[in-house]
Amino acid sequence: MSRVQPIKIAILAMGGEGGGVLADWIVDLAEFNGFMGQSTSVPGVAQRTGATIYYVELYPKAQAEADGGTPVLALMPLPGDVDVVIASELMEAGRAVARGLVTPDRTTLIASTHRVYSIVEKTAMGDGRVDPSNLLAHAQAAAKRFVHFDMEKAADEAGSVISAVLFGALAGTGVLPFSRAQFEATIERGGVGVKTSLKAFGAAFDRANVPVELKQVDEPFSMPAPADPKLKALVDRIARDFPAQAHPVLVEGVRRLVDFQDPAYAGLYLDRLQKVRDLPAGGDPQLLFETARHLALWMSYEDTIRVAELKTRSSRFERVEAEVRLKPDQLLAINEFMHPRLQEIAETLPAGLGNWLLRSGWPRRLVERFTREGRVVRTSSLGGFMTLYLLSGMKRWRRSTLRYAAENRRIEEWLAHIAAAASLNPQLATEVAQCQRLVKGYSETHERGLRNYETLMAAVREGGARLAPATVRELRDAALSDERGDKLRIALGRHALTPQLREAA
Amino acid sequence: MAERSFVEEVKKLRLGAGETFRGEGILAVTKALLESGVAYVAGYQGAPISHLMDVLADAQDILAEHGIRFENSASEATAAATLAASVNYPLRGAVTFKATVGTNVASDALANLASGGVTGGALIVVGEDYGEGSSIMQERSHAFAMKSQIWMLDPRPNLPSIVAAVKQGFELSEASNTPVMLQLRIRACHVHGEFTASDNKRPAFTIGDALDNPQRDVSRIVLPPASFQHEQEKVRDRWPAAVRYIESHGLNEFFAEGTDDIGIVVQGGCYNTLVRVLERLGFADIYGNSRVPLYVMNVAYPVIDSEVRRFCEGKRAVLMVEEGQPNFVEQNVASILRQSGAATALHGKDMLPVAGEYTAAETLKGVRAFLERYGRLQPEPAPVKVPKVIPLKPLAEDVQARPPGFCTGCPERPIFSAMKLVERELGPHHVSADIGCHLFSILPPFNLGNTTMGYGLGTAGAAALNAPDHKRAISVMGDGGFWHNGLTSGIANAVFNRNDNLTIVVDNNYTSATGGQDILSSQASNPTRSTRHEIEQAVRGVGVKWVRTMRRTYDVKGMRDALREALTTRDKGPKVLIAQSECMLNKQRREKPLVRKAVAEGKRVVRERFGIDPDTCTGDHSCIRLNGCPSLSIKPNPDPLRTDPIATVIDSCVGCGLCGEVAHAAVLCPSFYKAQIVTNPTGWDKFRRKVSGAVIGYLQRRDARARRQYAF
Repeated sequence: MSRVQPIKIAILAMGGEGGGVLADWIVDLAEFNGFMGQSTSVPGVAQRTGATIYYVELYPKAQAEADGGTPVLALMPLPGDVDVVIASELMEAGRAVARGLVTPDRTTLIASTHRVYSIVEKTAMGDGRVDPSNLLAHAQAAAKRFVHFDMEKAADEAGSVISAVLFGALAGTGVLPFSRAQFEATIERGGVGVKTSLKAFGAAFDRANVPVELKQVDEPFSMPAPADPKLKALVDRIARDFPAQAHPVLVEGVRRLVDFQDPAYAGLYLDRLQKVRDLPAGGDPQLLFETARHLALWMSYEDTIRVAELKTRSSRFERVEAEVRLKPDQLLAINEFMHPRLQEIAETLPAGLGNWLLRSGWPRRLVERFTREGRVVRTSSLGGFMTLYLLSGMKRWRRSTLRYAAENRRIEEWLAHIAAAASLNPQLATEVAQCQRLVKGYSETHERGLRNYETLMAAVREGGARLAPATVRELRDAALSDERGDKLRIALGRHALTPQLREAA
Repeated sequence: MAERSFVEEVKKLRLGAGETFRGEGILAVTKALLESGVAYVAGYQGAPISHLMDVLADAQDILAEHGIRFENSASEATAAATLAASVNYPLRGAVTFKATVGTNVASDALANLASGGVTGGALIVVGEDYGEGSSIMQERSHAFAMKSQIWMLDPRPNLPSIVAAVKQGFELSEASNTPVMLQLRIRACHVHGEFTASDNKRPAFTIGDALDNPQRDVSRIVLPPASFQHEQEKVRDRWPAAVRYIESHGLNEFFAEGTDDIGIVVQGGCYNTLVRVLERLGFADIYGNSRVPLYVMNVAYPVIDSEVRRFCEGKRAVLMVEEGQPNFVEQNVASILRQSGAATALHGKDMLPVAGEYTAAETLKGVRAFLERYGRLQPEPAPVKVPKVIPLKPLAEDVQARPPGFCTGCPERPIFSAMKLVERELGPHHVSADIGCHLFSILPPFNLGNTTMGYGLGTAGAAALNAPDHKRAISVMGDGGFWHNGLTSGIANAVFNRNDNLTIVVDNNYTSATGGQDILSSQASNPTRSTRHEIEQAVRGVGVKWVRTMRRTYDVKGMRDALREALTTRDKGPKVLIAQSECMLNKQRREKPLVRKAVAEGKRVVRERFGIDPDTCTGDHSCIRLNGCPSLSIKPNPDPLRTDPIATVIDSCVGCGLCGEVAHAAVLCPSFYKAQIVTNPTGWDKFRRKVSGAVIGYLQRRDARARRQYAF
């Protein structure tokens, strides 16, 4: 009986990701160079973005002829019996490991480290991404050899597709008995996008044998030295009045608020934080850090003025040009999808006027009628640009707006909650500070977040000293896990924190 | 126009004797049909046999040369009934569809065909969509073969065996006057391999000959008393004739006969997996030379009693490797052994899984258990658990399912976005789903749809759910399902029974889920088929009064308003909302070359795509929950103060416009923008840009200077 084994290759990919092209290349490479190639797949509905496996076996023709037999090649991989596993994405590499296809005695695992997020990860209301380091650790532990880098980026840089990069990495590992020239000739025979495919192939070929670069160590933080005297005063204040661990986040916060409004506003930010620092638990670095981070975010709330300003900046125009890969001889038009409603318009007005509009009769209805539909504003045209530009100019009156008053009231309440919690437990205060995360977005999203936030704050008041920090975290996660607030209601019930129900009763 | 072009594959259909054919299993079947002198081919597309239909559609010239009639049947029932041409005439015919759904639809015609029997060879090629990746109910076509007494072939999954099975199938059919089913598992359909071709054959007797010389034989028609005789004939004449042919032509194969007193009986389709497993266990080599006797049933039905007795004679035990349940073959073998008084022990589902796919790993476990039981293998020592130095978080938590979903820019997505918006206003409704891409709405992020009863049966699935003064049920049906049977079983039935529900017909110009084939309502002009028959006309024709056609599904607000009206109108009777927009996969395939050409010719071309401003996106992902487009993804937040990932539009965006529509209709954030990239701009374009650019540039530079003052 012949001892020569077929070469067994499994390709894990998502529908439409080029796994089929790669399998075809491998078979063609083999058939052209004295091997028998068999491939098969189960496309089915997987071709519509689902995950799928292509399986390839190769056998030397000369061996079969010498032995006078026809090899019986398998149509599906046997766990523990695969030589090469190719995964077009990191979670798919994890799937190969989970299915037992990658074994330390023989499997070379070639995987791209980029992520194509799953629908569960994408639809989370907060951060639903899985931990890539866990996937990498499992892959590393399971494989005999693990070749991995961001192949999507490599494909992008070559103006090609990921299948060419995977093919190059496969060649680079040297696990198949074919030369680089034979691999490249296969791409040429295919005849589609040959030049860019070869470029991507070459880049990947070189990468496949180079050890993975070491993780970059974060540079030590050094205090900036702004020229402007007002800014310099702020930076000096941070250095003088706050502990060193908090410097990076405070500098970032000041930077954000100067950009949002002016140096005086950043001064208010530091005033507020100084009060937090002076709390009995204010020495807790985590509390100061989280409060500083969330306070900066809250104080730079997104009103229409802010949105208009961000949308009209030159840096933003440049970013869009880069993102759509604009070529020098092309022109770009940018159209914004905006839907200002009565609420947003009233909030941008001076507080008195805004309040009057919200409570008025026909003026309110008139505005409502005109804001029922969303608007498309072309920022790249003169008219559209000027509309937003003039709106952004209202920044100088921001402190008088209705929205400013409302946000300031909420911020002060939030700081009071933090102070109250800090008197019990700095950890609890840190969790309370992080509840700002719930308030985000615009219009309905913002209202929903705010509702959840207020429910949570009511629960914090209700719970008082018996509230564990982990409970606040659990409630916050529950608030972020569904849109209707069902999970939050259940979690509140579980902890006997039902402030609203009690009030109603 | 199908999703793929098969121009290259069609060339392979012309290969002559001695030349090597390389390609997919299902294409080898197509070539084998031509080599068998087939006179007509019909079928209904669906994985895994769509390619057979698509190749033939692209090979009209070859078919014409050979005088072959090719039909894209309206349904599998139509396809099966087409085989009636072989009842009276010596015409070889083949039909194809996916199993078991297609077999279910076709069963009426199949039963009638089997009753009267055939004169010419009648072959039914079924693509068995079973196991991993399958999107249909898990059943066996085998039951249909048994109940109607249609012979069933299940060849070893390599190209020479598959090609031989096609040819033998016709001969067996003619020898026993019985239709023959050729079952191909999904991996066999898609397996790439090679075989040595023969010349194509023109049918000796043509369809024209049949039409000009009609024959009738009342004893072949299913009417008493002939029908009672058919039943007798099946067992008295046709079955023995089939057995004789199968035995004398060696359709089933014996390997390593007499080498051991245990043996394995395996269905042809599972042969490769079994041999690989035996090879891994050291009982075979890579060429299939086994040390354990094997009986390979390339004929799955009928079981040949004499061969089973011959194989089991003198054996202590045999293992039956039979995928799927119930275990028809095992039961049959058991009864043969019992009646012959053999002492051979029979194993099967006691060692192998009762249900589910026989993967290599499962087969290995079962065969190992069998070999251990009879002392051919020592039990494996229990694996020693190596304590892990760094305990890792279990991998399963980080490997999430990837359910199939709508493609980038799919026109069906906005229909369900609109349904989600209506749900917010009117509360949830019962949704009766159908088969087709639109079924992906049952999965995240839409989570809509309560049942699905089969292709074209969306409306029928809500038939009972009708009560005055209550919420209306919503049914979804694709254009494919509509023409397959939905017009009658759903719409006409709703009219007749005074139903008050809403049916949404998703009209995307093709049967998209099966690969984008044309149907009656397709808008493309197809040289060999009649298209552009409006669904609205058909619906009105059967008596529906409330019909709306939305010509652009991307208009989410319009869709939402139409849905709201249909669900709240006081009008009685069924409501039909036809939602039209071309399948994006096909549209891209159609338009991309045109755009490339226009760009090359220097014409003004505008490409649209969406984008998201990272500094205004706060990472709530509402947009994704209402959309789910593959091009709408997430990425790490570039803001050092934020941690939640932000939404992003990747470059595969085709600019369908849904993102903007949803942002407007659901009042989401102002982060979305639509970029219009103008290639080869005109002089007027450039002039306007110069003027606006001067002002905008001046203001932007001034502001940037002011900001720089405060930058640090």
